[in-house]
Amino acid sequence: MSHHIPVTHADLQAYVDGQLGAERQREVESYLQQNPDTSTMVEDLLRINKEIHKAYDPVLDEPLPEQLVIRQRKPSAGLLDVAAAICWMMLGGVIGWQFSSMMVTTAPADTLTAHLVKPAAFAHVVYTPEVRHPVEVSGDEQEHMVKWLSKRLKTTLRIPDLRSHGFELVGGRLLPSTDRMAAQFMYQREDGVRITLYNRHGGWGDEQTSFQYTKQNNTAVFYWIDGPLGFALVGNLDKLELFKLSETVYQQLN
Amino acid sequence: MPRYSEQVVSYIPHLRRYARALMGNDVLAADDLVQDCLERALSRMHLWRKGSNLRAWLFTIMHNLYANNMRKLSNAPQFVEMEMESSILYHEEDAGQELEIRDMQQAIAKLTPDQREVLLLVTLEGLQYREVAKILGMPEGTVMSKLSRARNRLRTIMHMEKPKRLTRVK
Repeated sequence: MSHHIPVTHADLQAYVDGQLGAERQREVESYLQQNPDTSTMVEDLLRINKEIHKAYDPVLDEPLPEQLVIRQRKPSAGLLDVAAAICWMMLGGVIGWQFSSMMVTTAPADTLTAHLVKPAAFAHVVYTPEVRHPVEVSGDEQEHMVKWLSKRLKTTLRIPDLRSHGFELVGGRLLPSTDRMAAQFMYQREDGVRITLYNRHGGWGDEQTSFQYTKQNNTAVFYWIDGPLGFALVGNLDKLELFKLSETVYQQLN
Repeated sequence: MPRYSEQVVSYIPHLRRYARALMGNDVLAADDLVQDCLERALSRMHLWRKGSNLRAWLFTIMHNLYANNMRKLSNAPQFVEMEMESSILYHEEDAGQELEIRDMQQAIAKLTPDQREVLLLVTLEGLQYREVAKILGMPEGTVMSKLSRARNRLRTIMHMEKPKRLTRVK
């Protein structure tokens, strides 16, 4: 069988991608029947296409985040945002941050996600797996720690006592947050489970919000604003358990 | 206007799938990318011409964000080592998962960013070469040659790695 136009590599690609006209496709098909080597190559390419779909199509069926929200306003993307974005990219995969932070609400929610929830979750996944250096100042030096961190954050911090829930204070550390400083307190239960309380001073006016909840894979966060301070309690716990802890934290701080 | 955001939302699963593949199966980074993309799309809805191809427009936005991120990352070499370290650490857990899928994911990760984009837009999203050229801002011929190179590379990688894995398995 003869071919009017020679089959090019571009034809083969387009054949694999289903982007040939019907006639040209038939021509390529008959060419392939006579050229087993090329045919093998084309089969490889088709297999690659199939495997790519197999690897990633399941994402299409993943449930979209509970609160599908479209942010109305975007905070200006300064250098720190860029740095944060890079950090997020680096750490990605550690927890699957699935969109709970996404969509429909107003600007404050947006601010909270960017400046409280994400940094808190990020700090949680960075420091809780640490064996030797989970904290900067150990819980034994609680008094010193609270003085120091309060001074750095320019506010009065208090460290909740969560022993009634079986959580002992491990200690705390100073953290750079998106555009200011933050403090993280870490607690640990006998079975090794750790939770962190993230404290950030300012950035959202003087307001009060209710408890809000978000969860990605196993990492759950309850967060709220109380006056100038924003809190995020992060842990790999179920919602109710973390909620009870959040209530205790809230009560002790008020 | 709500029609616009509804339409945007309807593309989220596709954007997520593409981002996931683009970011080497890194869920967190991928969803961050999608989120940035959606934010930008919504803040710029006034720039979108009604009746034009919204899907292509969204993928264009995502491409720009991705290209920017890539540039920034390449300017920050000190981060590279850590990135690799963390991905090694956290991928060990799923070592038992389907090898084929992981082979493909790892192979895609070895492509250059622009090869990866071309390949995924064509195969995963099923976009026409012409559309891909527009999204990535390159001539169609360049799309074709990048696509071809990406596929050659994948073939090489897949064939090279298969035997090694088999010997390790037993």
